[in-house]
Amino acid sequence: MIDTLTAARAQMEVSLAFHMIFAALGIGMPLLMVLAEGLAIRTGREHYRELARKWAKATALTFAVGAVSGTALSFELGLLWPRFMAFSGGIIGSAFALEGYAFFIEAIFLGLYLYGWERLSPRAHLLCGVVVAFSGMVSGVLVVAANAWMQNPVGFELVGGRAVNVDPLAPFRSPAWFHMALHSTLSCYIATGFAAAGVYAVGMLRGRRDAYHRSGLTLALALATVTALLQPLSGDLSAKHVAEHQPAKLAAMEAHFHTEAGAPLIVGGLPDVETGTVRYAVRLPRMLSFLAHGDFDAEVQGLNDFPRELWPNVLIAHLAFQVMVGCGMALIGLGAWFWLARWRRREPGRWLLRAVVVGSPLGFVALQAGWIVTEVGRQPWVVYGVMRTRDGVTPVEGVPATLFGFSVLYLVLGVALAWLLRRLATGAPPSSSPTAATTQTGEEVAHAR
Amino acid sequence: MLVELVAGLALVALIAYAVLAGADFGGGIWDALARGPRRDAQREAIAKAMGPVWEANHVWLIFVIVLLFTGFPSAFAALSIALFTPFHLVLLGIILRGAAFVFRAYSPQSARSVRPGRGARRWGVVFGVASVITPVLLGMCLGAVSSGHVRVSGDGAVRFEGPLPWLSPLALAVGAFALAVCAYVAAVFLANETEGDLRADFRRRALWAGTGVVALSVLVLPLLRFDAAHLWSGLVSARAAPVLAVGVVAALVSGWGLWKHRLRLARTATVAQVACLLAGWGIAQHPYLIYPDVTLHGAAAPDATLRFVLWSTPFGMALLVPSLWFLFRVFKGPALGLADRDDDGSA
Ligand code: HDD
Ligand code: HEM
Ligand code: HEM
Repeated sequence: MIDTLTAARAQMEVSLAFHMIFAALGIGMPLLMVLAEGLAIRTGREHYRELARKWAKATALTFAVGAVSGTALSFELGLLWPRFMAFSGGIIGSAFALEGYAFFIEAIFLGLYLYGWERLSPRAHLLCGVVVAFSGMVSGVLVVAANAWMQNPVGFELVGGRAVNVDPLAPFRSPAWFHMALHSTLSCYIATGFAAAGVYAVGMLRGRRDAYHRSGLTLALALATVTALLQPLSGDLSAKHVAEHQPAKLAAMEAHFHTEAGAPLIVGGLPDVETGTVRYAVRLPRMLSFLAHGDFDAEVQGLNDFPRELWPNVLIAHLAFQVMVGCGMALIGLGAWFWLARWRRREPGRWLLRAVVVGSPLGFVALQAGWIVTEVGRQPWVVYGVMRTRDGVTPVEGVPATLFGFSVLYLVLGVALAWLLRRLATGAPPSSSPTAATTQTGEEVAHAR
Repeated sequence: MLVELVAGLALVALIAYAVLAGADFGGGIWDALARGPRRDAQREAIAKAMGPVWEANHVWLIFVIVLLFTGFPSAFAALSIALFTPFHLVLLGIILRGAAFVFRAYSPQSARSVRPGRGARRWGVVFGVASVITPVLLGMCLGAVSSGHVRVSGDGAVRFEGPLPWLSPLALAVGAFALAVCAYVAAVFLANETEGDLRADFRRRALWAGTGVVALSVLVLPLLRFDAAHLWSGLVSARAAPVLAVGVVAALVSGWGLWKHRLRLARTATVAQVACLLAGWGIAQHPYLIYPDVTLHGAAAPDATLRFVLWSTPFGMALLVPSLWFLFRVFKGPALGLADRDDDGSA
């Protein structure tokens, strides 16, 4: 039987990882959807409208799952970490309270968008979509403030284990907020963009090279490539911040065991905590000093500066970091390939399309890996430097059972949803033939109930 | 005063959730109980009524939770420990209800497209069952909070006096009561939003559910008297009694309106009835959040936080209220709905 702390961590991780997929889609899909609808209104070309409708349906499905899994998270903060919430609920609450309004706006205008195709003028309809895309992005930015505060708590005084003199804007004053919000918002667009592109690449590989598929691919990759190019810049901002405020996390994710000046960047490899060495790694001399502090000769604190019980899990943090950066670089390469090919001769070739299919989940892989870096790297603290994770956990027994139940539930829902989305993606080919067009509208009526 | 205002805000949000999302849960109940020649048409009317609004309605619950942990963090912690199991079950219900509702809508129709396909029917069952279970569990949690059996010591440790508080007779009765109220509210709303035979179906269901609500209140009252004397005395006190009296009158008016086919009146009265009931409960509960150990003041967050919550409310509401008004006007407005294209199932 696993202990409560381990089970609670695992349940939190499962729930967050599940929610995060839908949160990212909930931020990315509405933007794609309004881009397509905007193009439809501007150019008057029908296939853009079909794209918008298709993406709206996908959004309807994923948004609902995102909303209910997010609700589960709000409860779970208390169910799994009651002492953490008793301590910090009054501080991070402001972020969640404002986020609540963003959710409201998002849910309201999504209802209007999904069910309002016939009831609203095209312009009003598009505007509703813009509001959804914007409020989704804002809700992500606001909730990240709560996490930023956990990474970098400010705005209160600790007296006898209680927080006093609380600044209600504390989550927004956490210096980690800006770069985390930037980096994680970009990651949502990257993940959604490449995933959507994969769907159209599959279609084109199967010979459907119509305007609908081509525009779907181009639009998704446009969003994904622009954001992917910005991501290393914002990641560098994050890394510099982590180096300054959470040196143990930086040391763990870089597998940097010994404090030194002119430290090398360790790429790949398997860190061995017992011996403090990294096997099978590539070392880029002095790069870590430069990346972390902007100076090739700067001193970078290693794990040896911290007592052993304050080390995060070095293996997980390092590997997850390599996965995130690796995926990021691979996706940049993929985007560059597509746009180069397009610039040269326009029609994407089979190998390129295959690469887009293979690359399509990498955005989500990077996103999950990045959160693992952040959250595992914060250990053993739940509020960095203030409260240990083990002091926040629930005293209730039975967390292993709920962990099991929720894992099964999310697995079932994930499979069912994947099946429905697949059917949505391939089910009704757009109006390439008259019969197809009627199925499409017949289905539309059934779904627009 | 600050503390009371924030608690009042949470109560208002709870009332909004009970009325709006209660109707959505009730829709699921009637979906599960759909019978007779117009079974599919009933289900379609329910799905059509819920579709555009249920997600917005659901956010009220998130709002309640957020206000609770922002305004009263230690009470949130104590409740999370005390109600660990029922809260998890509530989550299960909420997740399955929401997911099944959209999964059903996007499942393939059967070949000739008149009847829902097999996948859609299965998700329909999940949707119905989850809609029945969730309000019962939420009612049980509410009953447990008022039962006086959840004891919280100064360091935040929780223990139970007697058996599990959420399984006490009172909690079970409140759970059943919540179910009946949801079914009633939904049937009244649906009768307002449909026409012809369907309207007659839902009106009949509303009369049944209303009878259930009355019967269950007769059951709850003596239980309150013996199992939760403190709450009983709060309810009959001069503070709460007038509110409850208005609620009872509203209940009578809504029943009469239904009987006399004055459906719009019935709908307004039903909203007032649920609002007064919960407001009366909230007033009777004051100053306790969890009787007898956790008071509003004892659990309150620092003043600065409470002030932030209060000050942000008007700004948030300035965004929210017009948006909600627009949503309900577009989908529930009187000018629309009648000329709708896919009402043919009933006409
Ligand atoms: C598509 C997803 C994605 C991609 C391609 C990248 N990241 Fe990332 N990264 C995330 C998605 C992500 C994330 C999941 O969104 C995190 C978790 C917390 C956060 O703020 O963003 C994150 C965290 C995160 C952190 C830790 C921040 C903290 O703990 O406060 C660092 C240092 C980086 N990233 C650096 C990079 C670099 C140098 C990249 C170079 C390509 C990179 N990331 C690509
Ligand atoms: C970085 C992490 C997170 C991001 C970026 C994020 C973003 C989002 C987004 C965009 C939505 C809209 C629904 C959707 O699109 O599917 C959403 C829903 C939700 N999230 Fe998260 N979220 C995060 C973490 C959390 C956490 C930790 C909680 C709670 C403790 C939470 C609670 C919720 C709730 C309650 C909803 C439902 C809102 C509704 O009904 O519309 N989220 N989240
Ligand atoms: C606003 C956003 C978030 C909040 C408020 C939040 C909050 C928490 C809390 C309270 C814990 C438990 C305490 C702990 O283990 O330190 C935790 C752990 C964890 N979270 Fe987050 N989290 C957020 C975003 C995310 C996201 C999006 C992921 C995505 C995968 C994630 C992954 C994890 C993991 C892996 C752990 C377990 C860490 C460990 O125990 O080693 N978190 N988070």
